[in-house]
Amino acid sequence: MSLPKAKQDATEARLERLNLPEGGWSASARRDALDRVTAMGLPGARDEYWKYTRPDTLNAPEAPPAEALDAHEAPIFGERDRLKVVFVDGVFDAGASDNLAMEGVEIARLAETADIHWAQDIYGKLETRGQTPVQRPHAALNTAFASDGLLIHVTGKAAKPIHINYVHKETQSDAILHHVVKVDAGAELTILESGPAAARFNKVVEADIADTGRLHHVCAQGRDHARRAVTHLFARLGTESAFKSFTLTVNGVLTRNEAVVEFTGDDAVAHIAGACMGDGDFHHDDTVFVTHDAVNCESRQVFKKVLRNGAVGVFQGKILVKAGAQKTDGYQISQSLLLDDDSQFLAKPELEIYADDVACSHGSTSGAIDEDSLFYLCARGVPRGIAEDMMTIAFIAEAVTEIEDEGLREDLVERVEAWLARRRA
Amino acid sequence: MLEIKNLHVKLEEEDKQILKGVDLTVEAGKVHAIMGPNGSGKSTLSYVLSGRDGYEVTEGSATLMGEDILDMEVEERAAAGLFLAFQYPVEIPGVGNMTFLRTAVNAQRKARGQEEMSAAEFLKVIREKAKSLKIDAEMLKRPVNVGFSGGEKKRNEILQMAMLEPKMCILDETDSGLDVDAMKLVADGVNALRDEGRAFLVITHYQRLLDHIKPDVVHIMANGRIIKTGGPELALEVENHGYADLLAEEV
Repeated sequence: MSLPKAKQDATEARLERLNLPEGGWSASARRDALDRVTAMGLPGARDEYWKYTRPDTLNAPEAPPAEALDAHEAPIFGERDRLKVVFVDGVFDAGASDNLAMEGVEIARLAETADIHWAQDIYGKLETRGQTPVQRPHAALNTAFASDGLLIHVTGKAAKPIHINYVHKETQSDAILHHVVKVDAGAELTILESGPAAARFNKVVEADIADTGRLHHVCAQGRDHARRAVTHLFARLGTESAFKSFTLTVNGVLTRNEAVVEFTGDDAVAHIAGACMGDGDFHHDDTVFVTHDAVNCESRQVFKKVLRNGAVGVFQGKILVKAGAQKTDGYQISQSLLLDDDSQFLAKPELEIYADDVACSHGSTSGAIDEDSLFYLCARGVPRGIAEDMMTIAFIAEAVTEIEDEGLREDLVERVEAWLARRRA
Repeated sequence: MLEIKNLHVKLEEEDKQILKGVDLTVEAGKVHAIMGPNGSGKSTLSYVLSGRDGYEVTEGSATLMGEDILDMEVEERAAAGLFLAFQYPVEIPGVGNMTFLRTAVNAQRKARGQEEMSAAEFLKVIREKAKSLKIDAEMLKRPVNVGFSGGEKKRNEILQMAMLEPKMCILDETDSGLDVDAMKLVADGVNALRDEGRAFLVITHYQRLLDHIKPDVVHIMANGRIIKTGGPELALEVENHGYADLLAEEV
C-alpha cells in the first residue's frame, strides 16, 4: 500500500538527513528497520494514535531549537551509589562516565561495534514485535539510525543501579539513542535515567527479561522548557519475572512516552507508571500497550498528570488479553489534576479481552484540588499555597508508590516539591 | 477571648439567612456549650468562625482576643489561636498524618514569629500526646484520617488540638458517632487541655458529652440566634424535656 503523499514527503525529508551507521552486528537490523520506517512512513495527524499529539516537530528534518536550562539544581540521583554513564547531546562522555564495569552486569556500547554480539538477538526484535497492531515509526527510525546506547546484560544481582545521565547543551541537538537490556534468570538491576538529553531526543529501550528476572526503571526527564522527546520502551517478560517502570516528566514542550509490554511467561508482573507536571506550553503524552499472552500475570498502568496554565496531557492506554491468558489481572488508571480552567486532559483507555477468566479495570478522571481537603489543611494553619502543594504531591502519590525503593521515591518527590515551590514564589 | 456581636450570615449560593444576630462572649478559661435543634445554625457558626467558603457575613462582628477574625484567611485564624474540631474530619489520601501535623505546627509557629520545631522534638512530643489518646504509631504514619474509624478520627482531631495548642477551641459535635468509651477518651483529652488561657466552645446535641466535659455556661441556639443562656442545669433541662418548651418560650 502506498503512503499518502504528505506522509511520504515528510518521511523522505527526514530520512534524507540521516545516514545509516556502519553497524557491524546491528547492520542488518538497521537496514530492516529502515525498510519498516520507509514502508509505514512517519506519523501523521490522521493516524489513530496521533490524534491528540501533533507529530510534525518530531518528524521535522531538523530539531526545533531548545535552549539548555541552567537549572541551578543538584543533579537527581547524585547522592546515590550508582554506576554513572553520561551522554551529552547524545554523545557518550567517557570523562564524565564511570568505568563500564560492575559485578552482576556486563555493559557495552552500541557504537563500539563488532561482528557478533548477544544484543543482536534483541536489537530491533522487540521493537518489531511492538509494531503490531499499532505502528510506532519513530521507534523503527531509532533502530535504524541510533548513534549509540548501552547494551546491558544483567547476569546476577547488580551491585548498584546504572544511572544514565543525559546532558543537553547544544540548542539544536538531535539525539537518537537505543539501549538494549537483557536480564538473565534470577538476575536483578535498577536503571536510572535523568536529564533532557537534547533539543530533540528519540530514545528506545528494549528490555528482555528472562524467567524470574527483575528490572526496575526510574526515569526523570529533564526540565528544559523547549525540549522535545519521543521515547519507546519495549519490554518482554518471562515466567515469574517483574518489571517496574516509573517516569517523571517536568516541563518540556512535547513529550511522547510509549511503553509496549508483552507477557510471554506465566505469573509475571509489570507496572508502568508516570507522573508529569506541566505548565503553559507543555504537551505530554503517555501511550501504553500491554499484551497479556500468558496465564496469571499482573499489569498496572498508573499515570498522573498535574496541569496548569493551558498545559495538555494525553493518555492512551490499552490492555490486550489474548485468548488463553486466563487469570490476568490488569489495572489501568489515568488521572489529571487541573490547576486551572485552561488546561486539558485527553484520555483514551482501551480494553480488548479474549479470555473469559480475567479481572481488568480501568479508570480515568479529571478534576481540581478538593476544596474540603484544602479547608481542612488550612484550618490547621497550613498556608493555602503549601496546602495546595501537599494535595498535589498526594495526587501523584499513587504513581510514585510504584517505585519500590523508598530513597528513589523521595528523590522524585523532592523534584516535584521544588517544581511546585518555584511556581509559588 | 471570643466575642461575637449581632452576627448575621447567609449562604452565598442560596441567599438564605442562617444566622440572624448571634451574640456570644466566651471568656478565657471557660467552657461554653451550645445546644440546639437540627438546622439551628450551630455548625454554620463554627464554619463561619473558622473561615469556610460559601458563607457571607452580612452584619455583625467576631473577634478573637480583640482581633477581627472575619477578615483573616483560614490559616491566619488558626495561627491566631482558633481551632475547629470537625464534625466530619476529612480523609486525605496521600498526605501523611505526621507530615501534615508537623507542617501545620511549624506553619503556625512561623506565622507567630516563633522558632520551628525540629523533627526530633516534634516526634517526641507527638508520641507522648498520642499515647494518652491511645493513638498508636501506625495511625500516625497513615494518610490523614484514611481508613480511620469514627472514633479514631475524633481522637485524631483532639491530637491535632493538643499539638497545635490553640487558644480558642471549637468542638463541632465531637461526640457524634462515638461509643461511650471513645467519648470518655475524647473528653479526657479535652479536659487535659483546659487551662486559664484557653477557652472552649462545645457544640453538641446531647447532654452526654457535657457529663464528661463540664461546661461553665450553656447556650441554646434556635433559628439562627442564641435564645437562652444558663448554667449546666440548662443542658439537663433540654435532656429531660427537649427543645419544645424553650422554643415556645421564645415565641
